[in-house]
Amino acid sequence: MNLMKTLLAATALAVVMSGSAYAKQLVYCSEASPAHFDPGPTTGGNDFDASSRTIYNRLVEFEHGGTAVMPALAESWEVSDDGLTYTFHLRAGVKFHTTPYFTPTRDLTADDVIYSFERQWKQDNPWYQYLEGLSWDYFQGMDMPKFLASMEKVDDLTVKLTLTEPNAPMIANLGMDFASIVSKEYADQLAASGNLADFANKPIGTGPFVFVDYQTDAVIRYQAFADYWAGKVAIDDLIFAITTDPAVRGQKLKAGECDIMSYPAPADIAGLQADSNLTVMEQEGLNIGYLAYNTTIAPMDNASVRKALTMAINKDAIIDAVYQGAGQNAKNLIPPTMWSYNDAIPADTYDPEAARKMLADAGVTNLTLDLWAMPVSRPYNPNAQRVAELVQADWAAVGVTANIVTYEWTEYRQRGKAPDRPGAFQIGWTGDNGDPDNFFATLFSCSAIGVSNYASWCNKDFEDAIQAAKTTSDQAERTALYTKAQEVFKAEEPAMTLAHSKVFMPMSKKVIGYTMDPLGIHRFDNVDVAE
Amino acid sequence: MFRFILHKLALIVPTVFGITIAAFAFIRLLPGDPIEAMVGQHGITPERYAILKEQFGYNLPIWEQYFNYIADLLRGDFGISLATKRPVIDEFLTLFPATVELSLFAMLLAVLLGILAGIFSAIKRGSWIDQMTMGVALAGYSMPIFWWGLLLIIFFSGYLGWTPVSGRIALSFFFPRVTGFMLIDSLVAGKPDAFVSAIRHLILPSVVLGTIPLAVIARQTRSAMLEVLGEDYVRTARAKGLEPRRVIGVHAFRNALIPVVTTIGLQVGLLMAGAILTETIFSWPGIGKWMIDSISKRDYVSVQSGLLLIALIVMAVNLLVDILYAVINPRIRVQ
Repeated sequence: MNLMKTLLAATALAVVMSGSAYAKQLVYCSEASPAHFDPGPTTGGNDFDASSRTIYNRLVEFEHGGTAVMPALAESWEVSDDGLTYTFHLRAGVKFHTTPYFTPTRDLTADDVIYSFERQWKQDNPWYQYLEGLSWDYFQGMDMPKFLASMEKVDDLTVKLTLTEPNAPMIANLGMDFASIVSKEYADQLAASGNLADFANKPIGTGPFVFVDYQTDAVIRYQAFADYWAGKVAIDDLIFAITTDPAVRGQKLKAGECDIMSYPAPADIAGLQADSNLTVMEQEGLNIGYLAYNTTIAPMDNASVRKALTMAINKDAIIDAVYQGAGQNAKNLIPPTMWSYNDAIPADTYDPEAARKMLADAGVTNLTLDLWAMPVSRPYNPNAQRVAELVQADWAAVGVTANIVTYEWTEYRQRGKAPDRPGAFQIGWTGDNGDPDNFFATLFSCSAIGVSNYASWCNKDFEDAIQAAKTTSDQAERTALYTKAQEVFKAEEPAMTLAHSKVFMPMSKKVIGYTMDPLGIHRFDNVDVAE
Repeated sequence: MFRFILHKLALIVPTVFGITIAAFAFIRLLPGDPIEAMVGQHGITPERYAILKEQFGYNLPIWEQYFNYIADLLRGDFGISLATKRPVIDEFLTLFPATVELSLFAMLLAVLLGILAGIFSAIKRGSWIDQMTMGVALAGYSMPIFWWGLLLIIFFSGYLGWTPVSGRIALSFFFPRVTGFMLIDSLVAGKPDAFVSAIRHLILPSVVLGTIPLAVIARQTRSAMLEVLGEDYVRTARAKGLEPRRVIGVHAFRNALIPVVTTIGLQVGLLMAGAILTETIFSWPGIGKWMIDSISKRDYVSVQSGLLLIALIVMAVNLLVDILYAVINPRIRVQ
């Protein structure tokens, strides 16, 4: 019986793959295996590359190479004056994929949209726990249950979303991966046959690529979707060759075994740049590496002590030594590519003499504090241990003794977010949706204390500004509020903002049209390959 | 013989029990939290943390967690992976053939070259050839696998371009999985060029994985041969005027084989350990790489069941070797 099934599947695959002999093929050397292909419950960038950005679409999507929100499955939308009601008008004639395991009988409707959210939202939805141990981490992390009041079908192509309170970043949230639109018809079919788990392993979407096959931990194959609503993409076959070691990825690219790769090893970048067959694109990442002071514990509850500690650090020297040309000195929490960046804020100055005096003026002598260093390399900070050593030396020069503290990565984060954690804590953030709220509120709002506000900082002026910016959808007004929030942040210094790191993307010269995504996502729907 | 096998099987039971405790304890003794690892950079409120902890059963007392684990195992349930939400046993069986294919190739290489080098060294004992062979074997035995693998990739794949960098087969080949063994599946699909590609992909990882067993086998063969070559019956055979090739091949080697077979059996455990590093470097989709990925994701369930399954396989192979040994050498059965 099993053999029979295998042979049937084999025939089906052969049918799918036939006619692709002279196809345009793009091979992407990716960094990790996806957990599975349902973008709702997954959290990793590599999961999203393999599912939401290839197989699925969302109501709205981010423009290529930027964070502006563009119409996608929703052709247009209106927001009511009170900011509570969003009406989305769906694009007509959007097709779902046809595969050996599913043949759609209808186009996209409001039912699919409502199902896509209710499965993550309503605990009585039969799909809420369709895999054992499932949790909808992004839906929860973006506070969707708090903001969503109802979602209704007005007609087949109109969906009305009602919020509990005005929330301007909502539209950007809907462009995020977890908000991908899935097929209700497919879900119903699987529910009827009892194969719920297939939803995560045999995906069906409306996106530019149709899922063909996944050889566990090795290769993912996709084919261009001929009936894609935005028109068939230029390449025919897209292959992810999963290659976990960055040095090996580099070798594969050089040997022509892949056309494009993610995250090169820092030591390999110069060699890849020197290869005449390759291009290495680079971009400032939408990220920030910072050092959060615990603002509730003396003497760091005093803003001038925090300013003095920052002033004692030679940031440029650290960035040169640790980021090796792939970092940009950060004067604000948000990177300069993000709207509302306040360029009028002066850069941090390095002045150990002044720092020493400020500490003395604040009555601080013989200060000893914990300096936390994460044990892993992160996109926003390649080597926190080295940063800690350099900061330790800088602080020693002004009479401050730092004890470097480190733990295993998950334990590190858990201990770090405790409101009574002493000392200065290295951490960072990679933006989810390009909205400034995703940096300011997630990292430094009062309600994030104990979750992701590692400074335990709750400042009324800052909080008022970012909360007001959340409730209005007027971009100019929001910009003014965030500009002010950055002034408060700089005056109060709850954290020393270290650097925004650069991201590199090496590829063969054959690859045409690739754009780097500030959100760190890898998209191939606008890519072509030279013959 | 039956009694012998039964005796060996009885010894396995407490060992398996011990391994379940070790696997269960090991992953919990490691620092790190599976819930925290799961939620990503967003962080998690203490309330939701408590809910998830309960959902996964990590709020229960440790002995109760262990008891549930054993009860599931006895029902043949190895658990659901925290990362992929698929049954661990499915993942294991999907990936296992890749590891077997690589290990068999590495072992073949190690046994053939190891025995040849060992015999050769023994015959030419004390010569520069012997010194050199044993020197190389010692170097091979001491080689850090990760470094060795990268070195070979950079030289043979990067610089010379003779072998593919990583993976199991060229991506242009796409045929259905039947057995999970690339060499067999490519032939089933009727694609001889795919078979060749799979062989080419096997070369470097097999060399890397086979290096340490090769060194061990070469050294063991040499010393076993030296011992046998000094025996009276070998001297007698020589005195009878037998051809030297016959003396070495039949009289000496057959008797030297007994300790060598045991050594080869013991290499299986070593091979599993080596597979973890080799598969990681060569992006070889087997259980070694899977274990490393599972550890880094704090996928408790996959790690503890994976450890158990690997241990069971190593024990099964060792049992097989013990039986084989008893077949070759009847004296063992009596003891």
